[in-house]
Amino acid sequence: MSDKHEHGHQIGDHLYIHRHTYIHGLAPHVKIIGAFSFLLVAVLTPADQYLSFAGYLVLVLSIIFMAELSIKTVVRRMVVEVPFILFAVLMPFLGRAPYIEISGVTVSQAGLTAGIAILIKSSLGVLVSILLSSTTTVREILHGLAHLKVPALLINIATFMLRYSAVVTDELNRMKTARESRGFIASGPKDWKIVAQAAGALFIRSYERGERVHLAMLSRGFNGEMPRAQHATASTKDWLQVLLLPLSAFFVLLIGFYL
Amino acid sequence: MHIPDGFINVPVSGAAVLVSASAIALALKKSRGSMEQEVAPMAGLTAVFIFAVQMLNFPVAAGTSGHLLGGALAAILVGPWVALLAMTVVISLQAFIFADGGLSAIGLNIFNMGVITVLIGWFTFKFILKFLPKKNSSVVAASAIAAFISVPISALGFVVEYAIGGSGIIDLDKVLGAMLSVHVLIGLGEAAISALTIGAVLATRSDLVYGASRLLPKKDLKIKPVDLR
Repeated sequence: MSDKHEHGHQIGDHLYIHRHTYIHGLAPHVKIIGAFSFLLVAVLTPADQYLSFAGYLVLVLSIIFMAELSIKTVVRRMVVEVPFILFAVLMPFLGRAPYIEISGVTVSQAGLTAGIAILIKSSLGVLVSILLSSTTTVREILHGLAHLKVPALLINIATFMLRYSAVVTDELNRMKTARESRGFIASGPKDWKIVAQAAGALFIRSYERGERVHLAMLSRGFNGEMPRAQHATASTKDWLQVLLLPLSAFFVLLIGFYL
Repeated sequence: MHIPDGFINVPVSGAAVLVSASAIALALKKSRGSMEQEVAPMAGLTAVFIFAVQMLNFPVAAGTSGHLLGGALAAILVGPWVALLAMTVVISLQAFIFADGGLSAIGLNIFNMGVITVLIGWFTFKFILKFLPKKNSSVVAASAIAAFISVPISALGFVVEYAIGGSGIIDLDKVLGAMLSVHVLIGLGEAAISALTIGAVLATRSDLVYGASRLLPKKDLKIKPVDLR
């Protein structure tokens, strides 16, 4: 939606991949609703409907293609999913009877099904979330949430968080550099005190910055309300096209049932 | 311990959204009033602080490390309501931007890692403090206990959700045992780091520790004569 190329250093800015595609241009609140309703259908799908899951994957991949994102980048970003994968891999071994044998290894059948389903569903969730953050700037996501009637105070808090994240993480990194230049290497619980002192100093510095920011805002006439930028609007056509995603997912689900 | 999509069924995830939303609504209401204008910048900076602190890994043993949840710590530092708002924002942004925790599980994650850690942490802190003398070391001790308790209770929240809305494939006692044993260990780290952090803040700016502000006696400014010879 925005034609200017932003190169800020806020949380998540590095995740946004700038392209001029239809997906990028959609109003953020429409994208959020689309993502949520698609995931709802995916999560509601019974564990053994593999055909439906394959259909969902095709849908997500086609949107990734439409948004001109490279599969390589998307796969690289799926790394956050690793802890879930570990859990899903353990499920066949921890699950209840009946047990089946697959090439000499005894596993729980129900555990296997559930593990695979969790793996698929959480992968779809991660894919959709990556799709959202790669095609929508964090600021747009906040605008979208505000449009969806998320309380203004929460949006304001998130806005401040984004605005000052770089400042505070820089502070944290400076403290880390200082610690390490004094020869500090974290090796075990005996070093917790050092880590905690850093956290304490970070809190005081963050809070004092918060006080200064607040005073600066008051001196510029802040009265508790933030000026809002004009929201992006969505036409009925936009809504229909975005809701095509959860609707086709639902259609895929029905097909999966009858095949 | 972010719950992904598809782990807990939709009715339970939906119920968690309702419960979390009412807790947030209460926090919004409580944090209005006296310091309404201050809430946004302060809670925003608290959110950044929590976000940064969660990146601060503490070494546990043999190359493994854990990180703070930060709910109890935030509650003691800025009060439960502002802390809850800050935690909500942090957890939501993690889901929306970093794919950390499923979008459809956002209510569950806010409940376990925000509502439980903040409220259990805060009320434990207040409760323990009643029995201790009014001084700095009591605040530190109460923080340690509160932070410790908040982590396994948060894990217990997950176990309850799994019991009601999980796949039911793994026996509940196995899930309970695994979650509690791991989180008791993480809780020890959380307790140590939170207490030490509170101690560090108390030492320099005790007025910034919300949990201690009404408790500790106001100190007068002391000017000590210094012999400059």
